[in-house]
Amino acid sequence: MKYTPREPVKLVPVPSTNKIPERDIDKSPILECRHLGIDFGGLAAVKDFNMAIGRTEIAGLIGPNGAGKTTVFNLLTKVYQPTRGTILLDGMDTNTMTTVQVNKAGIARTFQNIRLFNNLTVEDNVKLGLHNQVRYGLWSGIFRLPTYWKAEKQARERAMELLSIFDMGYLAHFKAGSLPYGAQRRLEIVRALATNPSLLLLDEPAAGMNPSETAELMDTIVKIRDTFGIAILLIEHDMNLVMGICEGIAVLNFGQIIAKGTPEEIKNDPVVIEAYLGKKKKEA
Amino acid sequence: MTFLSHIITGLSLGSIYAIIALGYTMVYGIAKMLNFAHGDVIMVGAYVCFFAVTSYQLPAILAVPLAMVVCTILGIVIERLAYKPLRQAPSLAVLITAIGVSYFLQNSAQILWSASPKSFPSLFTVGGNKSLGLFGGQLQISYTAMATVLACIVIMLGLTWFTGNTKMGKAMRACSEDKAAAQLMGINVNFTISMTFAIGSALAAVAGVLMCSAYSYLLPTTGSLPGIKAFTAAVFGGIGSIPGAFLGGVLLGLIETFTKAYISTDLSDAVVFAVLIVVLLVKPAGLLGRYVPEKV
Amino acid sequence: MNKLSFRSMKGRKALSPFLNYAIVIAAFLAVQLALKMDMVSNSMQSLLVPVCCYVVMAISLNLTVGVLGELSLGHGGFMSLGAFSGIIVSVALKNLVPLSPLRLAISLAVGALFGAAGGVIIGVPVLRLRGDYLAIVTLAFGEIIKNVMQVLYIGVDEHGLHMSTKEAGLLLSETGTAIVKGPMGAVGVTKLATFTAGFLLILLTLLIVQNLVHSRAGRAIQALRDNRIAAESVGISPTKYKLIAFVISAALAGAAGALYGLNYSSTLASKFDFNTSILILVFVVLGGLGSIRGSIVAATVLTILPELLRNFDVKEYRMLIYAVILIVVMLVTNNPTLWSWIARFQRRKAEEKGGAEQ
Repeated sequence: MKYTPREPVKLVPVPSTNKIPERDIDKSPILECRHLGIDFGGLAAVKDFNMAIGRTEIAGLIGPNGAGKTTVFNLLTKVYQPTRGTILLDGMDTNTMTTVQVNKAGIARTFQNIRLFNNLTVEDNVKLGLHNQVRYGLWSGIFRLPTYWKAEKQARERAMELLSIFDMGYLAHFKAGSLPYGAQRRLEIVRALATNPSLLLLDEPAAGMNPSETAELMDTIVKIRDTFGIAILLIEHDMNLVMGICEGIAVLNFGQIIAKGTPEEIKNDPVVIEAYLGKKKKEA
Repeated sequence: MTFLSHIITGLSLGSIYAIIALGYTMVYGIAKMLNFAHGDVIMVGAYVCFFAVTSYQLPAILAVPLAMVVCTILGIVIERLAYKPLRQAPSLAVLITAIGVSYFLQNSAQILWSASPKSFPSLFTVGGNKSLGLFGGQLQISYTAMATVLACIVIMLGLTWFTGNTKMGKAMRACSEDKAAAQLMGINVNFTISMTFAIGSALAAVAGVLMCSAYSYLLPTTGSLPGIKAFTAAVFGGIGSIPGAFLGGVLLGLIETFTKAYISTDLSDAVVFAVLIVVLLVKPAGLLGRYVPEKV
Repeated sequence: MNKLSFRSMKGRKALSPFLNYAIVIAAFLAVQLALKMDMVSNSMQSLLVPVCCYVVMAISLNLTVGVLGELSLGHGGFMSLGAFSGIIVSVALKNLVPLSPLRLAISLAVGALFGAAGGVIIGVPVLRLRGDYLAIVTLAFGEIIKNVMQVLYIGVDEHGLHMSTKEAGLLLSETGTAIVKGPMGAVGVTKLATFTAGFLLILLTLLIVQNLVHSRAGRAIQALRDNRIAAESVGISPTKYKLIAFVISAALAGAAGALYGLNYSSTLASKFDFNTSILILVFVVLGGLGSIRGSIVAATVLTILPELLRNFDVKEYRMLIYAVILIVVMLVTNNPTLWSWIARFQRRKAEEKGGAEQ
């Protein structure tokens, strides 16, 4: 299935895109959302969501529980169809695309509640990420034609290479479902990376991790950006992680962006503090 | 006039399907299982009523409740012995078990009561007449048909009231939404599921008696095809929904009767099932069902 | 991280497919030997081809239920399509292709083609549905096929195939023959099926299913079973791969049906009803979901078992025993206490072994 290339959309600078890191500033953003919104039964779960992410930016999406962060991910990956607004992936409108096409176009993601192929091996999970990278036909698979052997070898090598980047090579032949929690989270990231994305969405990657594991994860995320040269958008509740590695942060509350900026700006933003800690009682 | 009589036949057949489908839908809603043994509980109910009326000369007014009691107990026993241990098991295991129970009931009936068909007496007569003649005898409405439609409406309304207003009914709805949460709220989930099976089985007995009374024919396999069709009706109307099962059952009965009358007697099953497929394609959750998207 | 606490799949996975071929070939040779030595009773001999058919049916249904993870209750419908199309082709080609093994092969291929066509027709619209809804639609499909075949009359003469809903409606010429006669089913069929053909069909089925499972498409199918949303998120099209699994499964069932139909001089449409679909599902579940070997063993044992029980005086109770066995096996194999007990036992054994090595 191929997505039809469209006329490159003319980029109109959105007022809020000024947070793109300097090194990405001359290039067009990898992702741009304009007035994105979705209604669930009349209730606007996300409204007027504007955001731009630079080519190699690590961006964070934070906000209280139920603010609509995962819904934004689901909109970007077309698990839900947006009610309003536009998503431009590398300047291309994803309006008519399905989840599968969006992935082929370059967005990969992980899930808040881990979604692995539990009954398959770790290696197979990564090979599934390579599904559209290393291809051969159904019949050459069934009748084991030469293309099968060649492509399978290629897929195996690539999978092992990716796994070894994350020190998971020795786990290749274990069932994904039998892995410990932390390894499962890492495997999900490896699988997403295998699809060769230009934008990686991480949904609460540090959930359930202790501080030392989180610190390790922070290094990993930066390493991913540096090795693969891609943009990363992550949802996270762990403020050490978000403030530590994100270059731009958007704060979501009740489906709306209430603040955007660098970690320093966000930390001191009174609106953000209010959203997290509640309103200060007015003194009489 | 023939058109009117087809409608009456269709409504009465549909009401039988609806009563079975109501039992099916309740059990599915709460246990999330395709209870293929449901059809055979119908058969057991009909046999109990048959022997009560013919061998023990009981009046219908006693025989029907007796059949209901026997089926209720049977339903609870089946649930306790065969389904309860499989609460945590994959749904396929439960399905196969249900099929095993279905075979068990059919073959027990065959051994106990022989495979030869029994001629079921008509239970619903007024002054010796089986049917009421209207328009100078041009239109005959059997009392069985009237009783069937009436019973179906009463049961549907009763169940709607029961699930909406009683403590037990609300517990059933809670269990069908989320068993773990219901348990945390102090609802006895096992007891609630048993009660659902009890109600479903009692309804099956009623349906069995009405069906055999209308078609005066009883075999150990009597229940299986109506069981499957009633399940179809439940899916048709939106499984888990009480008005849906009612609507699905009645529509199915009408479609089947009209196909038999105007298209082909032999192809009626094919048409019924084809309509089901078409409905599911247009409305994947059935006519009155609610489509719940998977949460990501 | 304790590496011992979870099991590596490497050794098991590499061996498994070849072992299945070996088992089938060994079984075939053993039966051939027994036949030569005249050790197989007549009733057993008559079961050889049906056993092959049921093994193929079970493996193919396992592809849908075990590998793809979608419940199908209408596998008998595809078998029916294959059986009747295979029978019709074999009768129609009687004079054109006198060589019976070739005619059998063509019939099986046509049976597979019709099975596949049925799979596409039902699969394209229906695979969007999930879980039990798919099950009920496949059930409905099986019933429709059965019902339609009970009404259809099909005959052949020098002008080609004729089809009608009445026998008189066939309008056959003098030399024509009616092949399918509505409720009487297919009659006057030359029995072409042989045990060797059944054996070869099993090997072909094994080749197709096992190679598929261990290929790119097979991985995608299993990924859809394990987690549809995750599969979509890595760019795997659910419709495409569900359809591939479903159609291959239907095609193999069609071939098995053709073999089955050509094993008897007459075949009734009611032979391929809901109960047949369920029977095959029972093979798959008892053999273990996704386990090809389990399907082979379960289909063989459960087809032969009733025949063996015939020798005892339990004819009346045969189905009752079957039902009880079914329930008990399900209750036992899904008993969590039992499994935790087995796991504890295995762990203790492993610890003892580990202790001895140190």
